[in-house]
Amino acid sequence: MDWFKSLSNVLYIDLTRKTYWVESREDLFSKWLGGIGVATQLYKEEVPRNTDPLGPENVIIFAVGPLTGLYPLASKTVAVFKSPLNGYFAESHAGGRSALAIRFAGYGAIVIRGVSDRPIYVVIEDDKVRFRDGATLWGMRSTETVGRILREVTSGPGHRTIMRIGRAGERLVRYASVVTETYRHFGRLGLGAVMGSKKLKAVVIVGRRGFKVPDIPTYRSVYDEVYGLAVKSPAMKKYHDLGTAVNVLALNSIKALPTRNFSSGTFELAEEVSGEKLAETVLARRVACAGCPTACVHIAALREPYPEEPYFYKIKFISYDHEPLYALATNLGIGSREGFLKLLDVVEEEGLDAISTGVVLAWATEAYVNGLISEKELLTKVSWGDYESYIKVVRNIVIQPNDFYKTLALGVEEAAKRYGGLDYALAFNKVEPAGYHTGPLFTISLIVGSRHSHLDSGAYSVDQELLASKKPLPTPQEAIERIIEEESWRQVLASLVVCFFARGIYKYEIVGKCLKPLGKSVSVEELKRLGRDIWVEKQLIKYSEGFNVLNVRIPKRILETPTPHGVIDENYIREALKYFDLIVNLSRKLKT
Amino acid sequence: MKRLVVVDVNKCVGCQLCMLACSRRFGVVGHSKSAVWVRSAGGFERGFTIVVCRACRDPPCARVCPTNALRVRDGGGVILDMSKCIGCGLCRDACDIGAVMWDYEVGKPVICVHCGFCVNYCPHNVLALEEVS
Repeated sequence: MDWFKSLSNVLYIDLTRKTYWVESREDLFSKWLGGIGVATQLYKEEVPRNTDPLGPENVIIFAVGPLTGLYPLASKTVAVFKSPLNGYFAESHAGGRSALAIRFAGYGAIVIRGVSDRPIYVVIEDDKVRFRDGATLWGMRSTETVGRILREVTSGPGHRTIMRIGRAGERLVRYASVVTETYRHFGRLGLGAVMGSKKLKAVVIVGRRGFKVPDIPTYRSVYDEVYGLAVKSPAMKKYHDLGTAVNVLALNSIKALPTRNFSSGTFELAEEVSGEKLAETVLARRVACAGCPTACVHIAALREPYPEEPYFYKIKFISYDHEPLYALATNLGIGSREGFLKLLDVVEEEGLDAISTGVVLAWATEAYVNGLISEKELLTKVSWGDYESYIKVVRNIVIQPNDFYKTLALGVEEAAKRYGGLDYALAFNKVEPAGYHTGPLFTISLIVGSRHSHLDSGAYSVDQELLASKKPLPTPQEAIERIIEEESWRQVLASLVVCFFARGIYKYEIVGKCLKPLGKSVSVEELKRLGRDIWVEKQLIKYSEGFNVLNVRIPKRILETPTPHGVIDENYIREALKYFDLIVNLSRKLKT
Repeated sequence: MKRLVVVDVNKCVGCQLCMLACSRRFGVVGHSKSAVWVRSAGGFERGFTIVVCRACRDPPCARVCPTNALRVRDGGGVILDMSKCIGCGLCRDACDIGAVMWDYEVGKPVICVHCGFCVNYCPHNVLALEEVS
């Protein structure tokens, strides 16, 4: 079957009625390419404005794009849903084998509607969908065990993805993640809780098919060019060698490494939890997403003796990255690699977002030290660096044995609203931030970025470039222009869909070249316009759901702790936000 | 003659670019025409299993073929004559290591021809072509 024709197939699954069907949506794919472009339109069709994120009306949309499986580094799936963490349109990306499995099963997107009356998991095998009883898997303590079982009871090893939730998702922790292939995640904004609310324990997708490309010789030669760039380009080296964990020391050296709940930009034990030290001592294996040669996934081996039984050991394999290192090490004052890995392992078992969980733990530590909460609520003592207590807290966030933990499961914003300590409750629009304290542009990007994610526009690197080149800060208006321009281009990358780590390779000209063998000729200008259009669509959806940048709380702590650019000037941020608001309003007027 | 070999399975990162390369020879994007198969060895945490044809000198797959569609190649392995193949699947069952893949779209086996195209796309030199006498 032809490439674009098969890409245009959207698989609809209704969990309430346990039915499925396929619709050709060439209307959407021809205009919006795929990925986030198409998923945004599907969301508009599917999700009414006042939908409860944990109700049956919310949907889960998975989308891939025209480059998925076609070229190296096009290995990501875009998930779109309404976030139970902040109540707005949400987007999360993950790799593993998810993207190729969806694409080679013959789809460009999958829409999951409704809610099951009992726990189930869904198996999509090329053109068939099966609804299987999930009662036995429900409540299982480790996402790893769930994966192990599903590997054995479903077919298609090597051609499949196994996306599953942990107990955190089942129990509707608002920052529960979806784990795929053990080490990749739809981490942010609570997709795990949405799956949990639908009683959907897992989605297994097997894709064994193949599709014809119209212009084969050109395709092969463009493939070779991209492959050459992927394996030789310095743009991928950072992810290839030490992985994103290389950031720990880099950020520490410029005083931008969030430490102890953002109270400092340097961590005296940074060396101990650095990418360099981890590689030297515990790095055991590197793995890649299907279709990507980079192998950025770094896996540590943790050897633990059983205290009561001599000569018995368990070896656990735990993948690490910069973000978990910030959230579950530096920002909690943990300088023990072993402690960090043990804590991360529990977070993974339960299926929680590492970033949000770490920020929640950091706030709880300060709230405890300040006497806002006591052992009565927390059921344990906590202090910076005490990873064993943090493990207990993480388990309780999932189990929710009292009101305090029920609130903690809603995110740091809700917890601080109820128990105090808002000044040091690190969240922007209720979303806990990623691990950078680089300067004002990054802070602005957390507020205006459509996912409130560090990868929306990568403004942390703009802060660092300004620092390195000793250039003055741009005006607030220029800062916004820059952030929007970058985020708009990333809408194109997320529609194609390529990994954002490969943004240094998929530049304008390469993207145009890549589409050519598919019989699609698109100019750079057209691509840029498309990116901007998608960006506008997303803003308008969020604004229609009640989002407004002018109402976003800026945690005081962010404005107190100096960045490499000094203390952030709140007026600078507010000016930028006003300008952003103006742009969104203008965009709305232009559309109507 | 040459044959495809796995040099060191422990270096495999599971990117599957070899599988994609194999189907790409036919202008197909996907896994349907791939004669190489990379799967996890019981989850990504355990590393990977790479299945390739070992180019047997006396290949069981050829021995069980009822229509002589599989001819023994000089230096080992087999060559498939599509016109004789009836898609019975006996060859697939006869291969203990599962190296006779299956093209579900046409219902016939996919047989490695030891061309080494996949080797060019292995970023970590896990696969190689080896000379056989």
